[in-house]
Amino acid sequence: MGFWSFFIIFCILGYCIHWYAKNKALRYNAKIIKEPKLPSLPSYYGIYSFLWFLLPVLSILLIWFFSKSYLLDYILIQSIPKETITNFDGGKTMMIDVIKSINPEKPFPGTDPNMIESAKYYNQINFNSNSYVFIFILIIGLLLSLISLKKISTFFQARQAVEKTNIKILLLCSIVAIIATIGIIFSLIFEAVRFFEKIPFFDFLFGLTWSPQTAIREGQVASEGTFGAIPVFSGTLLITLVAMSISVPIGLLSAIYLSEYAKPYIRTIFKPLLEVLAGVPTVVYGFFAAITVGPFLKDFIGLFGFNIASESAIAAGGVMGIMIIPFISSLSDDVISAVPQSLRDGSYAMGATKSETIKKIILPAALPGIVGAILLAVSRAIGETMIVVMAAGIAAKLTANPFEAVTTVTVQIVTLLVGDQEFDSAKTLAAFALGITLFFATLFLNLFALKIVRKYKEQYE
Amino acid sequence: MNKTLDTIKKTLNKRHNKETRFKYYGIIGIALAILFLFIILSTIVFQGKKAFFSTYIQLELFFDPQIIDPDDTLNDDDIKFANFKKIIDESLKKYFDDVTEKKELRNLSKFISSSEEENLMNKILKDKELIGKKKVLWLLASSNIDVINKNPYMKELPEEDRLISNVELKWIKKLEINNDLKSDYNKNFFFKADSTEPEQAGIWGSVVGSFFTLFVTLLLSFPIAVAAGVFLEELAPKNKFTDFVEVNINNLAAVPSIIFGLLGLAIFLNLMNFPRSAPIVGGMVLALMTLPTIIIATRASLKSVPPSIREAAIGLGATKFQAVNHHVLPLAIPGIMTGTIIGMSRALGESAPLLMIGMVAFIVDIPSTFFEPATALPVQIYLWKSTAARGFVELTAAGVMILLAFLILMNGFAVFVRHKFEKKW
Repeated sequence: MGFWSFFIIFCILGYCIHWYAKNKALRYNAKIIKEPKLPSLPSYYGIYSFLWFLLPVLSILLIWFFSKSYLLDYILIQSIPKETITNFDGGKTMMIDVIKSINPEKPFPGTDPNMIESAKYYNQINFNSNSYVFIFILIIGLLLSLISLKKISTFFQARQAVEKTNIKILLLCSIVAIIATIGIIFSLIFEAVRFFEKIPFFDFLFGLTWSPQTAIREGQVASEGTFGAIPVFSGTLLITLVAMSISVPIGLLSAIYLSEYAKPYIRTIFKPLLEVLAGVPTVVYGFFAAITVGPFLKDFIGLFGFNIASESAIAAGGVMGIMIIPFISSLSDDVISAVPQSLRDGSYAMGATKSETIKKIILPAALPGIVGAILLAVSRAIGETMIVVMAAGIAAKLTANPFEAVTTVTVQIVTLLVGDQEFDSAKTLAAFALGITLFFATLFLNLFALKIVRKYKEQYE
Repeated sequence: MNKTLDTIKKTLNKRHNKETRFKYYGIIGIALAILFLFIILSTIVFQGKKAFFSTYIQLELFFDPQIIDPDDTLNDDDIKFANFKKIIDESLKKYFDDVTEKKELRNLSKFISSSEEENLMNKILKDKELIGKKKVLWLLASSNIDVINKNPYMKELPEEDRLISNVELKWIKKLEINNDLKSDYNKNFFFKADSTEPEQAGIWGSVVGSFFTLFVTLLLSFPIAVAAGVFLEELAPKNKFTDFVEVNINNLAAVPSIIFGLLGLAIFLNLMNFPRSAPIVGGMVLALMTLPTIIIATRASLKSVPPSIREAAIGLGATKFQAVNHHVLPLAIPGIMTGTIIGMSRALGESAPLLMIGMVAFIVDIPSTFFEPATALPVQIYLWKSTAARGFVELTAAGVMILLAFLILMNGFAVFVRHKFEKKW
């Protein structure tokens, strides 16, 4: 039984159970001559029985979905004779992978016939197990819902039971956010700890050279990759700095103009236009930076006799700055608009011009909020991936010159992990160490920024 | 007193000038931002529009029975193994009869895209009468010829900066003079998946991949997010636990997207053994990423439903759950829809987490299930950008245009839903 036929049978069965339970409740009510009748509406009895069908099916299905590969591997290993396993060099997991990759119809010449047999067996159980489990799930669900039918009586309050269950389901859904956060933290920490078993923590955090190319064969010169992350961090900071030096002035000036000077109709035109910049996918910015801005800057600055890399920090950072303009402008727009009118009125009454009011009164009053906005933008910038992957360099270099190519944390994560890699080399694990640094850096920046913004908002409300 | 007035009068002009200047700074700020947007879009359209056309070469082909079917069996299997490249080569040799050197002949045979061999085979299989006959056909040119034809300035470049040699340029000129070179719609781009040859590469495979991925994303994130939003906004008791959930959701919204990719790699691929590069995993990762967006949109639109509706329902004897389920939630649906579409459009443009779970593979087949290796639209753009061949630059820009078109469609739909259905209270 394939998934879709299972799904169709599931829907039909679910509907039938609902219908049957509801009718049973109706019949029950009809039979009662003396009050009280059933305490809930008949449809609630239908829903109640349906839930007894749906929830077990869903939960077993989920468990099956996540444990299937382990179970099948276990069954496969059990089926293989002991000698074959001991003869195969590379261990059990390697063997399983090899068996799975064999096509029993057209095996490569010279493949062990035992392995082909196993591959056939694997394909068979892989195909059949789904059907068996689906049928098993449906039967379990059906049985449970049939048992729940017994409950229909004047003593059973179906509505309360249904609502309680529903609220529990909703609660479970909102816990998904927590599960995701825990998942992120644990998966990062787990892999990062494995990394720090190989490379000392302080070497990673304060080392000055980053060259993760681990040796291809043993005894090779420079066989140990060096994982000093300072050049990577400094590159990230440099690109972020370039991005901020473009986006902060432009974003702030447009926010001031839109909130203080612009007429309402101009505001309704230009505010959405600025937001479009935020809606453009980052891969588009990356393409623009790599194909247009990089070569252009190289040629343009070359005119003055300077030599710059076509993957310079200024190209990637500049384009990232464009992307971040709307973040700064809309966030600062909000905080500037939140400054009470009475402050402006007071300033005008003293004879100040509009620009003087803005510079001397509004900006200082809105400063904490603007700082919060900038911090949020910084956290966006250091987590941004595609622009730098496409337009910044790969080699880590410790420099403060924005015309040179530098690398960032996200670029390193991508270059270390893209492509087939074994999962226990220091090289791939380093990506997780960088990942956890990035996660905590952005987390603290965000918490700090939100705290500033919130504290400031309370002042005026 | 007079002295103060004097100073005020003296400085007034200066202050007014400052005022005007400051206002212009603001205008310059906005103008710069809009200018950047304009430059980005126009360079992409300028480069990308070329990819919608490709170059064709007109040749007279002789379907030589000696090559196609020497044993005269008319058997499909025999025809499939025939050397169709030789037919094209022979016809090219006849066209450029002055070319005799072996090396040059080899360059000449590179003029026609290798995909035409299969096309010819299919043509013969469909109509076996053609064997032994001559026919004039427009054949797809290879990428280098296409690039030169689309960018005439390249013909003027010195030989070492050009994609093709002087001799080849001479051949192209001969084709042009005889009117045997034309530009026509690039069908491959819309209907094929990725390829190593730019002239054969298409966007359709990645569009399908994106569709599968987004389908999984929607299926997972929409129900969970709406349920979570309803619970947190309407039903949850105000306590430490719900505060904690809220903090978590806000943090999740700010986590860099690549971290979600690392999560997918560590948990879905390594721990749970899901297939690499599959839309199902991409969809799950993107679902986690869009979850906070939809939750926040759900809560905002539930908040905008006036409390009088809830009170009326409860006053008539509905339970809290019924009031939400029958009255508040239906009124909030348009707002939730808008938020969902915006969240989905963000997921469509997202590529960093997909890189982590291996959706960057080179995939020639159009995926047909959720478990097959696939790539997504933005990842395809990234892949093409990283390819060295010159013909891919235009394809990349065209891919960006397709991606932007989808985004405009989705956001336009969101705006439509908002204007049409959303109620102002």
